[in-house]
Amino acid sequence: MSELEQEKSLQSIKKTISELKTLSETSDIDLSAEIARLEEKAKQLSEDYYKNLSPWQRVQLARHGERPTTLEYIEAIFDDFIELHGDRVFGDDQAIIGGIASLNGQPVTVIGHQKGRNTKENLQRNFGMGHPEGYRKALRLMEQAEKFGRPIVTFINTAGAYPGIEGEKRGQSEAIARNLREMAGLEVPILCFVIGEGGSGGALGIGVGDRIYMLENSYYSVISPEGAAAILWKDSTQAQRAAEAMKITSHDLKELGVIDGIVPEPKGGAHLDKKAQTDFVKGFIEQGLQELTTLSKEELIEQRYEKYKKIGEVIEKENMD
Amino acid sequence: MFKDIFQKKQKKKYIVVPQNQEQTRKEIPDGIVIKCKKCQHILYTKDLEKNLKVCTQCQYHYPLSARERIGSLVDEGTFVEFDAEMTSSNPLSFPEYEEKIASDQKKTNLQDAIITGKGMIESYPVVIGVMDPSFRMGSMGSVVGEKITRAIEHSLKTKTPFLLFSASGGARMQEGVLSLMQMAKTSAALKKLDKAGLLFISIMTDPTTGGVSASFASLGDINMAEPGALIGFAGRRIIEQTIRQKLPDDFQTSEFLLEHGQLDQVVHRHELKKNLATILQLHQ
Repeated sequence: MSELEQEKSLQSIKKTISELKTLSETSDIDLSAEIARLEEKAKQLSEDYYKNLSPWQRVQLARHGERPTTLEYIEAIFDDFIELHGDRVFGDDQAIIGGIASLNGQPVTVIGHQKGRNTKENLQRNFGMGHPEGYRKALRLMEQAEKFGRPIVTFINTAGAYPGIEGEKRGQSEAIARNLREMAGLEVPILCFVIGEGGSGGALGIGVGDRIYMLENSYYSVISPEGAAAILWKDSTQAQRAAEAMKITSHDLKELGVIDGIVPEPKGGAHLDKKAQTDFVKGFIEQGLQELTTLSKEELIEQRYEKYKKIGEVIEKENMD
Repeated sequence: MFKDIFQKKQKKKYIVVPQNQEQTRKEIPDGIVIKCKKCQHILYTKDLEKNLKVCTQCQYHYPLSARERIGSLVDEGTFVEFDAEMTSSNPLSFPEYEEKIASDQKKTNLQDAIITGKGMIESYPVVIGVMDPSFRMGSMGSVVGEKITRAIEHSLKTKTPFLLFSASGGARMQEGVLSLMQMAKTSAALKKLDKAGLLFISIMTDPTTGGVSASFASLGDINMAEPGALIGFAGRRIIEQTIRQKLPDDFQTSEFLLEHGQLDQVVHRHELKKNLATILQLHQ
């Protein structure tokens, strides 16, 4: 069955169920057995449907306007969050936020891209697209975490670092590059969660860590599907095709050995049950920190290095240097 | 005029001189003379080659191939190449990727977009990586990332300064997120080098953009660039589309970056070897 057919048949069963329910309420006929049978069928169908979402459908879910944002995860998972502002050099980037909080009583530093809920918020947050000062604030807070021996949790959700004049002038490249290098050497555990869009260098700029997790319907890519399509086929409407070719879903990245785990999402997407979603993420944070807590600083950094060293695939011919 | 006729004739009748294998790819077209693509001045190809491919009139720096670069800098007979046979696989089974790699290998006589190795510059030992913009636009996939990382590890093991010449359009799309992760991998290796107190000099050449600019190229203890090179994070077209205005001509040039505090030096190709040697000497 194609995706569309699946969705149609699911809709029609749901309609029948609601009709039968109305009928059984307004008349004396007992339809409970039939309703239960149909509900079971609907459940099965919807499970199949959501298990087999196409990469492009997942991109849509990753970008969904109602999807939980970094601040929502922070509020649901941690206590005593205090937001800390500014890079001490230029300004305070509201597209990347951070601060200190406690997780079940343990102090942690939390950092993430923050998207807005509506146009007004999105303008304030610049759609979660960071400037150099945002990446520099993130690094300042991470170094502070290292000083006080606090683990770091990052939430990644950006289409990319902002492509603009000011960013270039203030060293967008350098800010991201420095974060990559410094995150590789921080002597505290780092857990990274791609909660929505994992857009290229802008995502990676707060995404080097000991455990990288992706929410089931998030994506992580070197370039947006639209951008890739425009370059490869000179046609941004081929984004769907690019989304498939570039292998950007959580399942793809798990298979490629880039990420450590997939955080399940409630059926239909994270936005449909935020409580369940934040609980899932919290479970992964607790588990991740527990796995890393026994490692010495040296082991932590060496394992992090080896993790990245392994990523990639090359062919080596024999008899070489 | 007689002169005009003569010039026209000459234009049509190029004499093709035989090229050695390193020059099969042509930024500078075959022939005795060429018109500088920047200032339109007519130059003798021979003079241009002798001048390290810098226009004798306007100082425009033509791209150098990785082998030309090594030839121009590394003391004769001292260069030893690392991982010369390493090539790209097609990890995502990306359509037409293998064909593109094969065709660029044939065109450039390179296995991928970088050559790494060790050698001496004015008798100072270095580990060196040189990207080649003519292979898949110098883009970074697994091979480029792995070769750079191994070169850095060699530098670490032998306590030798590391030099990297960037020339790249950014991460290689056809290897998707694996290309992106090479940014993290190379930067992590540079962290080790940094901790060990070893010198890393980054030399940005035309172009150094995207994922390469946002990783190792920006992480030198000293970051320098050749004059007039395009250096930046986002592509010009993307920025223009995003902000809906036209960018000034000098935007994202070496000189623009120097002015905004993003570079240590802009160094003319003729001064490069001496400049590097002095820096190496000061770090002995």
